[in-house]
Amino acid sequence: MLLNEFLFLGAILFCIGVYGVIVRKNAVLVLMSIELILNSVNINLLAFSLRNGSADGQTFALYVIAVAAAEVGVGLALVLLVYRNSRSISLDELSEMKG
Amino acid sequence: MFASDLLIAQNIGFFIIAALMVVGALRVVTTSNVVHAALWLVVVLAGAAAQYVLLAAEFVAVTQVLVYIGAVMVLFLFGTMLTRARIGAESDLNNKNWFVGLPVALTLLAAMLIALRDGFGNEKLPADAPLVSTQVLSDQIFGPYLLPFWALSFVLLAAVIGAIVLARRD
Amino acid sequence: MFFATETVETVETVLKSGWFLENAWLIPLMPVIAFVLIIAYGKKMPMKGSEFGIASLLASLAISVGAAYQWIQRVDSAAPEAFIAPVIKTWTWWESAGFSFGIGQHIDGLSLTLLVVVTLISTLVEIYSVEYLRGDIRYTHFFGALTLFSAGMLNMVLAENMIQLILGWEIMGMCSFLLIGHWWEDGANSRAALKAFFTTRTGDIGLLVGTSVLFFASNAWTQKTLGISGFTIRGLSAWALSGDPGHAAITVGAVALFIACIGKSGQFPLHTWLPDAMAGPTPVSSLLHSSTMVVAGVYLVARLYPVFFTGMNILGTNLNLIVLIGGITIVIAAALAFVQADIKKVLAYSTVSQLGYMMMGLGAGAWLPAVFHIFTHAFFKACLFLCAGSVSHSASHHSFDMKKDMGGLRKFMPITFATWIISTLALCGVFPFSGFFSKDEIIDNVGHNGYTMFMVLGLTGAFLTAAYMTRATYLTFNGKPRGAAAGAHDSHDAHDTHDAHASRGPHESGLLITVPLMILAALALGAGFLNPAPLGEKWERMKHWVEPRPEVISPTGISVMASGPGEARVLTSPRAEEAEHESPCGTTTPTGGICVAPQLDHAPFKWSKALMSMLIVFLGGFLSWVLCVQLYGKKNPKLVGLTQRNKALGAGYLFLQNKYYLDALYEKVIVHGIAHPVAQAVYWFNQNIIDGVVNGFGTVVRKVSGWVYRNVDQRVVDGAVNGSAAVAQNAGSAIRPIQSGKVNQYGALLFGAAAIGALILVIINT
Repeated sequence: MLLNEFLFLGAILFCIGVYGVIVRKNAVLVLMSIELILNSVNINLLAFSLRNGSADGQTFALYVIAVAAAEVGVGLALVLLVYRNSRSISLDELSEMKG
Repeated sequence: MFASDLLIAQNIGFFIIAALMVVGALRVVTTSNVVHAALWLVVVLAGAAAQYVLLAAEFVAVTQVLVYIGAVMVLFLFGTMLTRARIGAESDLNNKNWFVGLPVALTLLAAMLIALRDGFGNEKLPADAPLVSTQVLSDQIFGPYLLPFWALSFVLLAAVIGAIVLARRD
Repeated sequence: MFFATETVETVETVLKSGWFLENAWLIPLMPVIAFVLIIAYGKKMPMKGSEFGIASLLASLAISVGAAYQWIQRVDSAAPEAFIAPVIKTWTWWESAGFSFGIGQHIDGLSLTLLVVVTLISTLVEIYSVEYLRGDIRYTHFFGALTLFSAGMLNMVLAENMIQLILGWEIMGMCSFLLIGHWWEDGANSRAALKAFFTTRTGDIGLLVGTSVLFFASNAWTQKTLGISGFTIRGLSAWALSGDPGHAAITVGAVALFIACIGKSGQFPLHTWLPDAMAGPTPVSSLLHSSTMVVAGVYLVARLYPVFFTGMNILGTNLNLIVLIGGITIVIAAALAFVQADIKKVLAYSTVSQLGYMMMGLGAGAWLPAVFHIFTHAFFKACLFLCAGSVSHSASHHSFDMKKDMGGLRKFMPITFATWIISTLALCGVFPFSGFFSKDEIIDNVGHNGYTMFMVLGLTGAFLTAAYMTRATYLTFNGKPRGAAAGAHDSHDAHDTHDAHASRGPHESGLLITVPLMILAALALGAGFLNPAPLGEKWERMKHWVEPRPEVISPTGISVMASGPGEARVLTSPRAEEAEHESPCGTTTPTGGICVAPQLDHAPFKWSKALMSMLIVFLGGFLSWVLCVQLYGKKNPKLVGLTQRNKALGAGYLFLQNKYYLDALYEKVIVHGIAHPVAQAVYWFNQNIIDGVVNGFGTVVRKVSGWVYRNVDQRVVDGAVNGSAAVAQNAGSAIRPIQSGKVNQYGALLFGAAAIGALILVIINT
């Protein structure tokens, strides 16, 4: 297997995730797109871990998974709070913080 | 002969899974149904777990299944159900930014693909790399990388407290 | 040391040590414990927590003095030219991914000098504060922050490695923020605190960058040669002089570190925060913003001197960044001190100017005089600030305005006046006060090392110093009492809770204030005799005790004779023939040995030079006195209002009063001028893309020219007149379009910028 197979896959997933973050209006869908980005990073970490023959990449992949879980927890709590306040989770309507 | 057979099998496996993942990811960002998006995300995450196995990272793959597909997806579905009454197709999920998003994503993709091609070319992954056992991984976490592990524990604690405070009804 | 011997000899020297030296790490620990106690129990104690602070600082002072005494014994136990190893202790603080970070102590003459100064002045200032802040609403918190500050400073001073040093450095920054904003109910105070914090933070980026760069450049060498990490002070010093560092790495590292020093030590052009920081209570100004915290930058340069020596090529050329910044700062800050009406601001600019002397000295290879100036300056500047506080506390009704609320206080406050005069003379550098021995030495050595232009700047600074201090003295203590000092009562301001005595008119302050003043004045008078160059080598104790000796030692720390002349490729510098003995340190360290201090030499003292600088000082004082008498005393009609009548003088006055428009530059040009067009451009981008219409070239031209008209013509040219309120408002509304509040747009901006950046990198690299 080529190293680049995995790296390309990671890059494609990353860009799809970026597209999702930019175009999605629904807050839950934006969080899902962020998950795509995080997974693409993990694929890269593991590919390099195998290539370098060290376990460092795997260790950090585990850390990334843990941080992602925390991020989803807080993110969804925020979404719930927003929904309760405005009966909508459309990001376009969340512009009260504009300067 | 056997090794090269295996390699071919691995390659075929990789491409099938990768194709599934890309299709899934595209559906996640384009589908007009939130629940469908969540289910497509399951496909991507499961595919990622399979790729981790191909990359000789069993423990990470198992963790991926447990944490992502087991816990995170349930959270997503809960979030979806708690925030909208209707389950079904909706027209109002995208904003009108696709003409910004598309060029940005494509530019980024082009830059990365060029850089990766130039950087790593046809470099092969070692076919007979020793498996990183779970024991090695735990030695890593509780040895040299103990400090990030501590930091991570604090992050998780803060996230738990934060989520409770935010979502509490009062 | 001569290069006569052919063989490498190791000279076994048994250096004396002692309990205090070995346990100097206790010094910062004491105030830390006190801080915890103050926060936990302070409000319940009879003295509201101040007793913890004072007791802990007294303990630290005792340990510091004990350690200094044992260091002197250690020096005396060594041979006259032998290397005196610092007392280093390390414990592992934390480990991550194979890197280990230590914490410990690095005790030598330099750190002991600072330890004694900091603990002494902290103790005196805390005693003074007991009286000065009596009845303050946040009395306990004030002592907590002040004690924590001392802990941070002491930790930084005895830091064994850069990580520990950064820890202390940042603790100081935080405490400085808390203390400047102590009376935060007043908007000006919290703004000053923020300004100080942000300005120093800007510099602190340099500290992190520099530390990282130096670590990655040096770690391999230090691990191999010395078995210690590239964060350690000892490792970095030895590495910098070893000839191993690549030129680019050490230069980048030194410049980055120096940027941090510019921020922290209020050097040009990041000096603008220091005068504003005078918004804090006077004891804070005295301790943090004159004698201790602001010398942290100078201390860092002195501590890692080999790094700067090699990185900045000190003594190699006639100009380097340190000496340039120092020289500019001296004159620029001294000129600003003339137009201030606030007595504390005069002293603040004076501090900036004196810090410039220290930097200039370090940049010109006058290491010892600069360190000695840190030592003497701490005493007389702390004393001056405390005098100003005493005046405002007991005579002028908490006002610091010399022109409105002071004058004629000589008769009412004899002790304050006497201590003020002693410190002023010390600051001006009049023989035999302490400032003379340090400042004159700096100027002398700067000239001696070939930096003639900067010697002239130093002398100009001395002239200006004498003149502005005379003006401040005249306005405060001479003439007739004015305003509050004369008993006029205007409405009280916010923090006048302890004001019962002020109605009695001007009077001398209480003992808790005057005793610290007298101690500091005595030190301002006498401290110079620790290193009096005019009295000859025998008297120069400071040089004997503090200056590290540029000897070649083996990595284990034992002095070695340099190997034969064939191996020790000694470069002869232009001044080599003058020097008494030339060590290869700083030029070419022989293989197998290390150096931790470069070879510097000292200017021989000449009375003629000293007399010349004294003459300049007296001239400055005299001219200023005559002007003051004419202007403020007799109200000579030719002079009063001259700045309004004479255009050139008026322009100069306005220029000074607006602090060279540096604040305006930061706020108007950088915040407004750069942020505004960027925001405009982004707004334009949004509008046009979203509408899907390209409005054509004409619109662009119209907008650009309109922008030029509105901003360059209307705002920048007339801008000096418009208040900063308008600036803040305009800048705010300028960045508004970017802050659409829409998360997706933020994401698009972020990733779009990343994509463009990545594309540029790819294009450059292919």
